[in-house]
Amino acid sequence: MLARAVNGRDIDMEAKMTPDNELKKTPLNQAHRDLGGKMVDFGGWEMPVQYTAGVIEEHMRTRTAAGLFDVSHMGEIWVEGSDAIPFVNRITTNDVTKLVDGQAHYSALTNEKGGVVDDLLVYRFGPEKLLLVVNAGTTDKDWAWITSHKADCDIVLTNASADYCQIAVQGPKALSILQGLTDVNLSEIKYYWFTTGRVDGVEAIISRTGYTGEDGFEIYAAPEYAEQLWNKLLETGGYGGGPDGMLPAGLAARNTLRLESGMSLYGHELSDEIIPLEAGLGWITKLQKGDFIGRDALAARKEAGIERKLVGFEMIDKGIARDGFDVYINDENAGIVTSASPAPYLKKNIGLAFVPAEFANIGQEIKIDVRGKQLAAKIVPTPFYKREK
Amino acid sequence: MSNIPENLRYSKDHEWVLVDGETASIGITDYAQNSLGDVVYIDLPRVGDKFGVHESFGSVESVKAVSEIFTPVAGEVTEVNDGLNDTPEKVNSDPYGDAWFMKVKMENPGEVDAMLSAVEYEEYLSSQG
Repeated sequence: MLARAVNGRDIDMEAKMTPDNELKKTPLNQAHRDLGGKMVDFGGWEMPVQYTAGVIEEHMRTRTAAGLFDVSHMGEIWVEGSDAIPFVNRITTNDVTKLVDGQAHYSALTNEKGGVVDDLLVYRFGPEKLLLVVNAGTTDKDWAWITSHKADCDIVLTNASADYCQIAVQGPKALSILQGLTDVNLSEIKYYWFTTGRVDGVEAIISRTGYTGEDGFEIYAAPEYAEQLWNKLLETGGYGGGPDGMLPAGLAARNTLRLESGMSLYGHELSDEIIPLEAGLGWITKLQKGDFIGRDALAARKEAGIERKLVGFEMIDKGIARDGFDVYINDENAGIVTSASPAPYLKKNIGLAFVPAEFANIGQEIKIDVRGKQLAAKIVPTPFYKREK
Repeated sequence: MSNIPENLRYSKDHEWVLVDGETASIGITDYAQNSLGDVVYIDLPRVGDKFGVHESFGSVESVKAVSEIFTPVAGEVTEVNDGLNDTPEKVNSDPYGDAWFMKVKMENPGEVDAMLSAVEYEEYLSSQG
């Protein structure tokens, strides 16, 4: 039976794209194994897809208490020098001039056609110092893209991906757990702001960001402290201490959490061929900020009218949509599912899909081709899940 | 280590069969449920459906993946475990007990002999790494 698993492209349990001995490992590889993590190939990285609790419990615990995620595979690129802000403003869609020291924003690197090279976070450490945090599987591509556009800018670019581990503490208890390990007053850090400080004595960047739809923090530190921080966070979070305790959470839960929260995953909702305006990222596409790579193409596409849009849907019929399934509207093949899954917290089968703009309306009925059966679904607002504040 | 009861026969597709006279109960193995992760949905056939050997008779869906399930033996479906519609998680917690998928009246009970014994299945799993 397992020979026929037909799921998504990069968190597939049975996928084996890279020979085992060539897989990259984070500094927490052994820690994951010790916790019973089921290791898989994720874009060339050996990562835990889940631990012994399983994806549903890891997902639920992150919504109700706290989950701990190893995201050390993400890439970090420093941009330093007098042209740091104008340079990053020219290669990304969001307006970097609006950031102040200690603030971060979500953005996209775009190509000349407006397609998304990658989505990323931009952190402003100072007027001449920015940190770009990019996806793991695209770090090499991004580095090549960014360095090729340096031209004569007065900047120094550093690919510091190997210099950091990154650990995400997410969930309603994230703040109180992390607060037990640092003197930094965490409640003073606003959402999408960050600071530097010590966590369990270790120098770290503490960022109030995440990919789960919950409150939480992402901690960047030198890789030699990864195990210390990981174990200390689990201990402080009450791992193993019952249903309110923190759980380590794998890639599968990370994916269902971000999907419930309506967030994009590169390679699914975003790609070199997809422009941010069709993927619901108009809010980070600042066409008025001045020139940037892809701006003219994006402005022209907007002027002509965006032909397809990313929508959220939930299944009406019994059945589960999966990545890559076809969407039918009025008996015509009208689009494609980019991400879909059972949603553990909402207990519905949900997904994101591209459909023609004329049909991208809340309540519109669509059909999803589930292995030859056309099952009914309807377009619903995103995010599917929004935490109470 | 996977649980592999000695009284069952196994397929290389990770189904098990329990033989009672001409009737075979069919389910998926502990190894299979563990590989799939949390099972959330099972698509089962109907009583009266007839299947040849190695035919797809339904699917098992976990949060992350969907897998087809294949008949290790040919026959006519005499009973399906409808209870799994409400409690698919039993496939994870009790794959050899409550979580049988269907019972078939075998066309050719000799097909069971071609299946793996518990020892052979265990060897097969270790050979798969």
